[in-house]
Amino acid sequence: MVKREVVGGTFMKNLGKILFFLALVQTSSSLGWAEGSQNALSLPPVAQKPIDFSRDIEPILKGRCTMCHGEAQQLSGLRLDQRSTAMQGGYSGPVIIPHKSSESKLVRIVSGVIKDVVMPPSGERLSDDEVGLLRAWIDQGASWPLEAETALEATASSGRKKSSHWAYQPLKKPVPPEIDNPKWARSPVDHFILARLSKEGVDPSPEADKYTLFRRLHLDLIGMPPTPAQITAYIKDSDPAAYETWVDRLLESPHYGEKWAMQWLDLARYADSDGYEKDLVRPHAWRYRHWVIKALNDDMPFDQFTVEQIAGDLLPNATTEQKVATGFHRNTLKNREGGVKIEQFRFEEIIDRASTVGTVWMGLTVACAQCHDHKYDPITQKDFYSLFSFFNNADEVNIDAPLAGEMGPFLSQWPRYRTEREELLQKNRVYELMPAWEEKMRLAARNPGKWTDLDHAYDALGKYLDNGHGIVEKSPSERTRKETDSLIDHFVVNYHRIITKEFNKELNYKDLLRGNSSFPSGKLQDLKDKFPAVSEAQTIAESAQGRKSNIHIRGAWNQKGIEVSSAVPAFLGSLENTTNASRIDLAEWIISEDNPLTARVTVNRIWQEYFGAGLVRTSENFGSQGETPTHPNLLDWLAADFIEHDWSLKKIHKTIVMSTAYRQSSAARPELVTQDPDNRWLARQQRLRLPAELVRDSTLAVSGLLYPKIGGKSVRPPLPPGVTGLSYGNSQQWPEESDGRDRYRRGLYVLLQRTIPYPQMATFDATSREITLCKRERSNTPLQSLNLLNDPVFTEAAQALAVRILSESKQSFSERLLHAFQIALARTPSDEELESLQKYYHRQTQIFEQEPGAAEKLAPVELAGISRIETAAWTGLSSVLLNLDEFITRE
Amino acid sequence: MNFHDFQRIQTRRHFFKFAAGGIETIALAHLLGQDGRATQKKLPEVNPLAPRAPHFAPKAKNVIFLLQAGGPSQMDLYDPKPELQKRHGQALPESMTKDLPFVFIKPSAKVLGSPRKFRKYGENGTEFSDYIPHIASRADDIALIRSMHTEAFNHHPGQAMLMSGSTMSGRPTVGSWVSYGLGSEANDLPAFVVLNSGRGASAGSTNWSSGFMPSTYQGVNFRGYGDPILYLKNPPGISKISQRARIDTIRELNEAHYQNTGDLEIASRIHSYELAFRMQTAGPELLDFSNESQTVLDSFGIGKEPTNAYGTNCLLARRMVERGVRFVLLVHASWDHHSAVDKNLGEYCDATDAPVGALLGDLKQRGLLDETMVVWGGEFGRTPMGQFERVDEAPGRDHHPGCFSMWAAGGGIQGGQVIGRTDDIGLNITEDPVHIHDLQATMLHALGLEHTQLTYSFMGRDFRLTDVGGNIVKKLLA
Repeated sequence: MVKREVVGGTFMKNLGKILFFLALVQTSSSLGWAEGSQNALSLPPVAQKPIDFSRDIEPILKGRCTMCHGEAQQLSGLRLDQRSTAMQGGYSGPVIIPHKSSESKLVRIVSGVIKDVVMPPSGERLSDDEVGLLRAWIDQGASWPLEAETALEATASSGRKKSSHWAYQPLKKPVPPEIDNPKWARSPVDHFILARLSKEGVDPSPEADKYTLFRRLHLDLIGMPPTPAQITAYIKDSDPAAYETWVDRLLESPHYGEKWAMQWLDLARYADSDGYEKDLVRPHAWRYRHWVIKALNDDMPFDQFTVEQIAGDLLPNATTEQKVATGFHRNTLKNREGGVKIEQFRFEEIIDRASTVGTVWMGLTVACAQCHDHKYDPITQKDFYSLFSFFNNADEVNIDAPLAGEMGPFLSQWPRYRTEREELLQKNRVYELMPAWEEKMRLAARNPGKWTDLDHAYDALGKYLDNGHGIVEKSPSERTRKETDSLIDHFVVNYHRIITKEFNKELNYKDLLRGNSSFPSGKLQDLKDKFPAVSEAQTIAESAQGRKSNIHIRGAWNQKGIEVSSAVPAFLGSLENTTNASRIDLAEWIISEDNPLTARVTVNRIWQEYFGAGLVRTSENFGSQGETPTHPNLLDWLAADFIEHDWSLKKIHKTIVMSTAYRQSSAARPELVTQDPDNRWLARQQRLRLPAELVRDSTLAVSGLLYPKIGGKSVRPPLPPGVTGLSYGNSQQWPEESDGRDRYRRGLYVLLQRTIPYPQMATFDATSREITLCKRERSNTPLQSLNLLNDPVFTEAAQALAVRILSESKQSFSERLLHAFQIALARTPSDEELESLQKYYHRQTQIFEQEPGAAEKLAPVELAGISRIETAAWTGLSSVLLNLDEFITRE
Repeated sequence: MNFHDFQRIQTRRHFFKFAAGGIETIALAHLLGQDGRATQKKLPEVNPLAPRAPHFAPKAKNVIFLLQAGGPSQMDLYDPKPELQKRHGQALPESMTKDLPFVFIKPSAKVLGSPRKFRKYGENGTEFSDYIPHIASRADDIALIRSMHTEAFNHHPGQAMLMSGSTMSGRPTVGSWVSYGLGSEANDLPAFVVLNSGRGASAGSTNWSSGFMPSTYQGVNFRGYGDPILYLKNPPGISKISQRARIDTIRELNEAHYQNTGDLEIASRIHSYELAFRMQTAGPELLDFSNESQTVLDSFGIGKEPTNAYGTNCLLARRMVERGVRFVLLVHASWDHHSAVDKNLGEYCDATDAPVGALLGDLKQRGLLDETMVVWGGEFGRTPMGQFERVDEAPGRDHHPGCFSMWAAGGGIQGGQVIGRTDDIGLNITEDPVHIHDLQATMLHALGLEHTQLTYSFMGRDFRLTDVGGNIVKKLLA
């Protein structure tokens, strides 16, 4: 902002000069994105006199530069109050080149000849005379007498001061405070909560009733409501340990892994497609989700969970599953648009990997430092690119990642598959035509700009086939089987780019492998589908290239500054390995005692799911701009306890849900409205609207439609017509609509196509997962109402629920109503509620009697001994229950 | 304190909390009456999209944004370059092209002269191409900007930049920002509506996403077929009377639950159901053109090809604005003419020029143009050099982010003028560069919003539509 205003100001003030400058620019480069001309003519003239540093230069540097580039801070890595650092320069390299003032960045930047940047960034510009002095000083050799050293060497070497911000301080386990009413406390957690409440002079809320608590527990731990049978068993159970027994049972349920994977998948920005224009489907992405669900169900310690995702591929004798874990980093967006610079978007992906790790494990908004030193936190741009460096040399690699039972059938059929594939390829002249095409690709690589069609085809090779440019350069014998196959498949789909339309028609490769790589069909794919397959996974692996990393000036992919090596943010600590640290070193540091953030950030996000807000409300930002914890000692106690119990997630879940604090009623309390409107003291629980996936899951579960299979590939439930038409060129399709039970899988398995999100998910605030997300919004909109009222999925659920009620409960109307209520809301209705529903039932019956055919439409299933109107009225009633605010809320 | 006082305080508290955070606000306009039960307490009405006061007096209330996705060719429509005819078929000197980013062509590509004829229109004598006579006929209302520039030269990032101020997807779009800043004045329609025609645009739903804001501010897609709004139609067997009975019962039970919990989210939920019910009537009514005169229908090109689809959307846009919809986005794709630019552009103009001209004229005639800003443009421009995909195809043009043309008209905009100039070749801006952020800042200004003050906090940062840029283009403002 400031930057642009100054540029604007310059335009007004120095219009004449600028127009002249523009004239120069036009002949050599374009205004708009290229850096301006280096022509010395546009700089103010060199002062014609001998320069005395202390008299002429030091006042300028001290007066205008060293506030930001001095002892206190060194923005852009530049320090101008001492000779050694001034001559060294900043992130972009040297700024003073003795004897060459017109090439020295110091001069150019204060003269305003670099587009969009002028220093100083605020206040008056340096006068032409002042710039003239700087130029003369540099042209005369930039002498800087020793006595003019304005800063002491001692402070220069001490580096940055340790931050006193609470989140960066070492973690110690506090002793739970004494409380007045020890009986209230069931867990050390309660001591912290009650102590705070006593301090504020407020009583905690009573415990929620058994029904509410039981449903709450189910929704929180497995993401689905309890069944009437479970409710009855629990209500009848007088064992004081009954609650705990259920906690243990739910934590052992395989649905626990599904429920808690959702939060992690938001953090991991998991999706089933690339994003951006082409938005190709990623057919193997699900394998990472599968890993997450299993890891959570196995209660994999969080430190191990961390190491495997950040650097599983680098572990000694890494297992397939450990490599699959690195799929975390493959969820970045990918731009395959024609003409996109491949290196630019590789850079964007690395940037995202570094920022995501910073947010997920450190709770820091490191992304700000992509372009500049962080404004509020002690994260420098150098810190950011040092973190970036850990990921810069990782390549994207797809591997075979078979699930149990896949390998045997696959291997037994493999030879037959290969034979048939070879026949198909030969019959279609693939082997005959491909060598010449490969040769053309290599020619295009060496002669860019010579043949447009070849350039086009070569661009496509790099875009659509991961590492396509690399593969085509290898001799056929060097290629792996996977590489050879993928190159052939690419050739078949893309050969038309370099041949005539007529020949293309004659070949009819379309028939062989139709469409883009997201939905291949045709004979080759049909053949593949006929044979047993092994699952594949997206992973990362270190490249042989050994890419060096640099600071990127203003975050631009093609403007490299000084080189950096991999390191953790300097204000948080340092690694022993300073020369060639790997992702393993990073991962181990992240879970080490030296880093107090990981445990704090993690337990805080878990707390947030249970109470609607974290103990640190800004769960995404533990830096100085974030909020301070409402219960700092509780946060530290939980974090320390988490580590003490070997980073067991299930243990921390149990600790929280066993607490009295968690079991409180969520009803609002008039006396707290003014005192604690945001419920920071936790004198009550919080009503929480269910996340999008759980709205679907609960509906399918109570209707009995849910297919509770755990893990596996993504599914495509039916979409309303026209939804996919909004994607790029109407290109995305949803052709293999899942049928049978797969239509009724839980929400987290619904294919997440970034540019055409499944409508119900988007409407209930699930994002398209372009970037990491620590906390979902909870909006409340008319589109949500329309979705619950009229979406065929929800109508079908209401129909199924009606059938369920009528067949499970054969008794009186009110018996059935009680049963319906218990299925949907896991409690018994009040008289008032019964009365409302009864009234509605009769009204609905009346309406159906007056509207011939309506009942048959709403209730398509004929039930023995029950009239259509009755079934239809129950369908309407079921739908009412499924639309209640309470139904989509965790009370 | 009795329950009623409690609710009052709570409501006020809710209001201040949201108002202070700038997130949501509540209409205390009226408390809903109850249906006769003596025991029941009154329920506050909670509407997250209640109208909100702008930062200062606005010139415009609504926006119709005509997104011509793909990058329309400015030198064939808005920015005549006779020099290109002279240089047709020649390569440009290397010094002019070496630093330009191209997608498909090379710096050595040959200049492609435009075969279009340009003519002066309006009091100001602004030149427009013969492909767009209807738009040109509104020259006195139009502020033509010939000096737009952007940072992206690929479609998805480019469209994301134009609509959300960032090349990355995942940010709220301008329609979301405006709904967030001003709320809605529509009683029975969404605040931000999207109308698609042509092929889908590269950025898909990124063009109307609310990004990290709640879905309250998301663009609602008004569909070309099926329900105009997704799930607007009752399920089979549910008549309007049935639906009302259903919603009444949901409401009764929700109200009872509100009494037990005191949670204002429930009041907000009740409001959402009422609005949903009204939308079910208003949606089809919006599509019913029977009370529009034949002259109007004809002027929009409705009922004939090739204008029917876009004309219908233009007329819908006017009808929405009449009903208080804050932001209407018309997406039309794809103007990405890499080959046969002259022929293809002609077809796209034939399908859209008359409807756009009619829209401006019709808004003006109804006195709506004063309060409705209309913006026309795509994510970037095209190169003066031709692109020859194949020997047997007519040439097209490649992407050019360095300079391109857009225009605005209506509320808050000073019509009848040209802003900015480009050089004779159409490669560079020589006068008054307008960055996408500058245009966005100016649009918000006309709506009474200061772009540096309209912020939304996410992941530890206060985000703005204009990111860290944006200077108001004073010349553009009336």
